[in-house]
Amino acid sequence: MASGIKDKVAILGMGCSAFGERWNDNAEDLIVEAFIEAIEDAGIDKSQINAAWFSTGIEEQHVGKSAVPLSMALRLPNIPVTRLENYCASGSEAFRGATYAVASGACDIALAVGVEKLKDTGYGGLPQRNRGSVNDLFWANASAPGSFAQLATAYRAKHDVSAMDLKRAMAHISVKSHDNGAKNPKAHLRNRIDEDKVMNAPMIAEPLGLFDCCGVSDGAAVAIVTTPEIAKALGKKDLVTVKAMQLSASNGREAQHNSWDGSHFVTTRAAAKRAYEEAGISNPREQISLFEVHDCFSITELVTMEDLFISGEGRAVFDIMDGFFDADGKVPCQIDGGLKCFGHPIGASGLRMIYEMYLQMQGRAGERQRSQEPIFGMTHNLGGFPHQNICSITIVGKEGA
Amino acid sequence: MEVGILAYGGYIPQSRLQRSEIFKTHAWINPGLKGLSKGERSMANWDEDSVTMAVEAARDCLADHDRNDLSGLYMASTTFPFLDRQNAGIVADALSLSSGIQTLDFASSQRAGTSGLTVALQMSGNAGKPILFTTAEKRHTKGASTLEFTTGDGAAALMVGSGDVITRFVGSHTEAVDFVDHYRGEQASYDYQWEERWIRDEGYFKIVPAAVTALLEKTGVSATDITTFCFPSAARNVAASLAKKLGLPEQSVADNLQANCGETGTAHAVVMLVHALETAKPGDKILVASFGQGCDALLFEVTDAISKLAPRQGISGSLARRRAETNYAKFQAFNKLVTLDLGIRAEVDKNTGLTTLYRNRKMAQGMVGGQCSKCGTAQFPKSNICVNENCGAIDTQEDYPFADRVAKINSFTADRLTFSPNPPAYYGMVQFEGGGRLMADFTDIDPEGELEVGTNMKMMFRVKDYDDNRGFRRYFWKATPVNPQSKGE
Repeated sequence: MASGIKDKVAILGMGCSAFGERWNDNAEDLIVEAFIEAIEDAGIDKSQINAAWFSTGIEEQHVGKSAVPLSMALRLPNIPVTRLENYCASGSEAFRGATYAVASGACDIALAVGVEKLKDTGYGGLPQRNRGSVNDLFWANASAPGSFAQLATAYRAKHDVSAMDLKRAMAHISVKSHDNGAKNPKAHLRNRIDEDKVMNAPMIAEPLGLFDCCGVSDGAAVAIVTTPEIAKALGKKDLVTVKAMQLSASNGREAQHNSWDGSHFVTTRAAAKRAYEEAGISNPREQISLFEVHDCFSITELVTMEDLFISGEGRAVFDIMDGFFDADGKVPCQIDGGLKCFGHPIGASGLRMIYEMYLQMQGRAGERQRSQEPIFGMTHNLGGFPHQNICSITIVGKEGA
Repeated sequence: MEVGILAYGGYIPQSRLQRSEIFKTHAWINPGLKGLSKGERSMANWDEDSVTMAVEAARDCLADHDRNDLSGLYMASTTFPFLDRQNAGIVADALSLSSGIQTLDFASSQRAGTSGLTVALQMSGNAGKPILFTTAEKRHTKGASTLEFTTGDGAAALMVGSGDVITRFVGSHTEAVDFVDHYRGEQASYDYQWEERWIRDEGYFKIVPAAVTALLEKTGVSATDITTFCFPSAARNVAASLAKKLGLPEQSVADNLQANCGETGTAHAVVMLVHALETAKPGDKILVASFGQGCDALLFEVTDAISKLAPRQGISGSLARRRAETNYAKFQAFNKLVTLDLGIRAEVDKNTGLTTLYRNRKMAQGMVGGQCSKCGTAQFPKSNICVNENCGAIDTQEDYPFADRVAKINSFTADRLTFSPNPPAYYGMVQFEGGGRLMADFTDIDPEGELEVGTNMKMMFRVKDYDDNRGFRRYFWKATPVNPQSKGE
């Protein structure tokens, strides 16, 4: 068994643009905004970066193809730059590319940049687009909310939960994220809401109403990583290191084989299991201090609590209603507002989650700072559809933890 | 060798537009339409056209018949979705028929249905294997026109040939007369119609009797021996007057289905014939005639074999699969009689790579998947490597048709975000009996909530996407409840 990534890479600096409807900014403007924060935080010069990874989800809506847009936006000195896309898990993939490069010894300092400029479509929600020439012949006319909404029907059938109880728990998730987002100056949505507002909102895809869906945002996030040794040599203390990075991709079993019941994520369970092992975590419910999960829809967050083995199967509704995941609960989830309220610029989201963990571990999260000192922070970044997706899980933590 | 009809099938779309609702909209412009405002007409869903309806009628007709045991697939319509791409070929592909058959389209006249049937009967005597004849119509009618009220959408299919026929083909006669009661030119979207009284007196009452009389003389059958007279005419009393004129028994005049279906264009003579066959008895003599630049007349005699024919949906079963539609605006939208703001999401280019389609046509048009010959796992689409994680065998999959298998819902939603011509878009994961699953579009769904996890679904051949930029449309299969609840009064 490979020794894994644990403590081989430290975060040197991070940055994140304000997320939201950035009508007057191009993707490049958002990149530069996040990059300036990150490079100043790292305290290095641009010339010290050896290689870069650049993530976008729907690049045809903004920067176009290749890594050139990043290299040009930052005027990088002809270093290796790789562009990548892996559905909504793209941001985590940029981080993984940079982290693995440092861990391998190929790079001393590597850069991960994620960006998305979605508010140039002329309408709300994700862009309606083709799925590939063969897929277009037979794939259902499915949107993101419609795909994720189906978790609710299958979850209810499996766990015998009433439609009302499930909808109420989903509402609690959204209310909690709005409460948290209200305290985050970079968040897209900063208004507080109540459960009745969620329950009575217009239906998007049954049973998901408007407030069960995350924001579609413009934004960018940046990470600069290096080895713990170099970080210390650069004068950094109280390092935040990478404990685990695991990715899992669907192989068609959920979409084409009848062994999946539609109520959970096969990939999340596989990636979580490996990530805990890589990080040396045996009891995540007790050991993880904070979560940022891919709450594209309230129901996704709900089932993910079980898929990450925090709540037992069929128990997430109860943990949610008990406030277990609230900002002042046992293990806060989405303390920055999550995709729901911080926003979801696809290529940046995975990096944004890590950014929040990094701030929380350094006590720099301002009004939303967790009072108990976080030790391990876990991020879960999921792209695609419940029946065919990419799941990326990252665990970061205090060095030596 | 004696030829005739071996089996029949029918298909009428589920929605029945209430004529009173059409009239409500148009009363201001033509109060005289009130006389047509009773009853209901069948209304194709947005994803149905003549080809999809013909496929459904053909599936009903074929039932368990060996699909390799056919020598031809014919289709008649005046509303073919393609003017230059054989429509019968699409039907044959959807039915996964072999390529070694004759396919033919019959068009350009309201009697294309009976003319095509006549040719099929004539050909089938020498063909060895039966011919599957289909006919379907989805007429385009102007708002506030008589046709908008009297027309319905629908299809019928007959398997013809020799052997154990349920009706013997006694004979036929055609009068070809270029009597232009209406026409639709190359560039026109709608029919242009001449005065009804002239059509009745000089058309129906002169040309039809000539054809029927010639047929009866030719076959030596007396008019009084006719049990059933199938003559499509929406105009009241035309068929009854013809019967009287010809000396046919008064009770022989078959129901023209105006009350609950409407006239399904060139398909209607065959639709009426199928409807008649559903209750026919051995020995019955059925006279079918249809009018359009002349007249075709065909005579059939029902045999004892009709009692052995397996039960099927037919026209009566289709009519029973019914949902009342009271929203005329929906009919206008589906038929492009109004311009609606569909939003920017509707603008996505639906271009189909013809190479892609051809390479994948078994999958996309026939819904043929694969079954692993090593572990038996059925999967859609067919792939190189078995999806069963405990198998993973390479190149072991054999063709496995899914279209006629029943499936159960695993999960579903009603989506109001994605663009659909008939929102919300219903879709979900369906799991087939015997294995295999698909995240499938649903169609013909009752918004009153008939869906549940576990609901039994069957697949129907439908239009998947319209490419209005290029005049193309692609087809695929969608799931619909096996036992829909009849609602919506």
